[in-house]
Amino acid sequence: MSSLWEYANPLKFMRTTDWLLPIVAVAAVVITTIGLVWGFFFTPDDFRQGSTVKIVFIHVPAAMMAINAWVMMLVASLVWLIRRHHVSALAARAAAPVGAVMTVIGLITGAVWGQPMWGTWWAWDPRLTAFLILFLFYLGYIAMWSAIDDPDTGADLTAVLCLVGSVFAVLSRYAANFWNQGLHQGASLSVAPGTRMDWAYKAPLYTCMVGFGLIFLALVLAGTRTEIRARRMKALVARERMA
Amino acid sequence: MSLKVTDLACARGGLPLLEGVSFALVPGQALVLRGPNGCGKTTALRTIAGLQPAMAGQIDSPPDTIAYAGHADGLKATLSVTENLTFWAAIYGTNGIDHALDRMNLRQLADRAAQNLSAGQKRRLGLARLMVTGRPVWVLDEPTVSLDAASVALFADVVRAHLAAGGMALMATHIELGLPEARVLDLGPYKARLPDPSSGFDEAFL
Amino acid sequence: MIALLIRDMRLAFRAGGGFGLGLAFFLILAVLVPLGVGPDRTTLALIAPGILWVGALLACLLSLDRIFALDYEDGSLDLLATAPVPLEGVVSIKALAHWLTTGVPLVLVSPVLGLLLSLPVPAYGWLLLSLMLGTPALSVIGTFGAALTVGLKRGGLLLSLLVLPLYIPTLVFGAEVVSRGAQGLAVGTPLALLAGITAGAVALLPFASAYVIRINLR
Repeated sequence: MSSLWEYANPLKFMRTTDWLLPIVAVAAVVITTIGLVWGFFFTPDDFRQGSTVKIVFIHVPAAMMAINAWVMMLVASLVWLIRRHHVSALAARAAAPVGAVMTVIGLITGAVWGQPMWGTWWAWDPRLTAFLILFLFYLGYIAMWSAIDDPDTGADLTAVLCLVGSVFAVLSRYAANFWNQGLHQGASLSVAPGTRMDWAYKAPLYTCMVGFGLIFLALVLAGTRTEIRARRMKALVARERMA
Repeated sequence: MSLKVTDLACARGGLPLLEGVSFALVPGQALVLRGPNGCGKTTALRTIAGLQPAMAGQIDSPPDTIAYAGHADGLKATLSVTENLTFWAAIYGTNGIDHALDRMNLRQLADRAAQNLSAGQKRRLGLARLMVTGRPVWVLDEPTVSLDAASVALFADVVRAHLAAGGMALMATHIELGLPEARVLDLGPYKARLPDPSSGFDEAFL
Repeated sequence: MIALLIRDMRLAFRAGGGFGLGLAFFLILAVLVPLGVGPDRTTLALIAPGILWVGALLACLLSLDRIFALDYEDGSLDLLATAPVPLEGVVSIKALAHWLTTGVPLVLVSPVLGLLLSLPVPAYGWLLLSLMLGTPALSVIGTFGAALTVGLKRGGLLLSLLVLPLYIPTLVFGAEVVSRGAQGLAVGTPLALLAGITAGAVALLPFASAYVIRINLR
């Protein structure tokens, strides 16, 4: 009886998130706090990078969520285009600003980290460039939503934009790679030759990642609830006008 | 060949406007839609023309039979009357715009750019465009806006000739067209009922 | 379909059609850059490939909002959508007309502007070839952006914001072909990628454009 699609009904979604959102929000704050405190104060300094390295506990989770948020928007857009569930479209809309902010956090923490390490706030490194481009895609997506009055038209157009944008975002990533081999280290968690990062770092880092994931989830749920209410309000106003 | 609309419901901007609209047209018949402003005449015509999906109900007509003419005439200001008509004839795969030029009294204006036509002349050109489509079902939204009395009579003649040749016409208009044989459908009674508020928060938020 | 192409070309060349604006913009850019950067030939030669590509991109952008906006306003788009021509074909033809009236002239004048920017001699062929291969993608992607924003008042700025990020891969590979060509390096890889992006965009984007046009006409 209970299928995932039930939550695509706005009423059901509101009822469920009534109790789910506070739990997720509290868990997000607690886990992120634990992760950050653990990472900042209870890990050894890196022998080369000193305590600077600890910004990794914000930088990496934020960068990860910046990409995951776009992927989530892509999935939600597909669900909207194929199954026409309104909650899905609204969730995609709610995720965009969160993803954009995560991208900015990733870029800023990267700059703060890069300054002492590479001696520059900004370099046209492929990864940095790709993130900047991702931010541009977020801006376009958000601007598209805010430019359209009719919510269903907006949902359709932004969903197509998200689909096409995803393809071009991936292409841009490869283009950036091709265009300049960079300064940025490889993926910090890759299991390539030897473990690159000690468990003393990995454990708090994973904690932070879970925490950021929960923050994202909480914000998206809250945002989606706002969007649902806004649509409800629009519908009520329209109903008044009709009557 | 006929146009049959069954239990049509349509919406504008996500709001239901009309429901339960049914009628049928057979060759030689014309139907005039009436109703107050904002009652959904344009929306109904756009739905029947296939520009927007119907919320419910069925529109049965053989494919490629409908020619739609909306509020705007689809004319290019910098092209001449002949160029405008020839273009649409080519798009619809018909040839010969002479008949349309003669019937809508546009012969003298054939080489004039559309931007130098008066509002009524533009409208006549827009209606001439319908004639070159070669389609049997004309779906017309306010076809007589800015036409003078003589041109309205001209238009009525053209519609009558179209009907006599086995065509059909579906028109939304406020004024008397001088087509007494056309049936009239008042859309007022088909206004969509408000969805029950106690059903609450369904998919459509209404 | 041919009739549509002829009509769009004719409209572009008639008064107020905007033909030549993109070209003039391209020329002005090629004059402004040396004025801003200084007349040093080596510096100019170094940045010429990038400037020429960015210039072509921006010149292309100028005329994008005309692709559908005028047809939308005067009702032609409604009529085309109900006419016996597939909308995918209509958007492809419109992109083609845009390319013929904007892209091709840009390609043709680019060597002259290359001269102004002291583009190294071996790069001219690659400049022509890369623009010839890349500008169709600019037109097709731009048509998609124009289709997205067709129903909006003042959609022009949004159009730029949406389209420019989509131009990035084309720009990167296009400019790379020219600058590698200028240095006498092998250009096979970026050229193939550039052609691949164009081929993919030409093949697939018209479907997306037609889909969003239908949504905007609803």
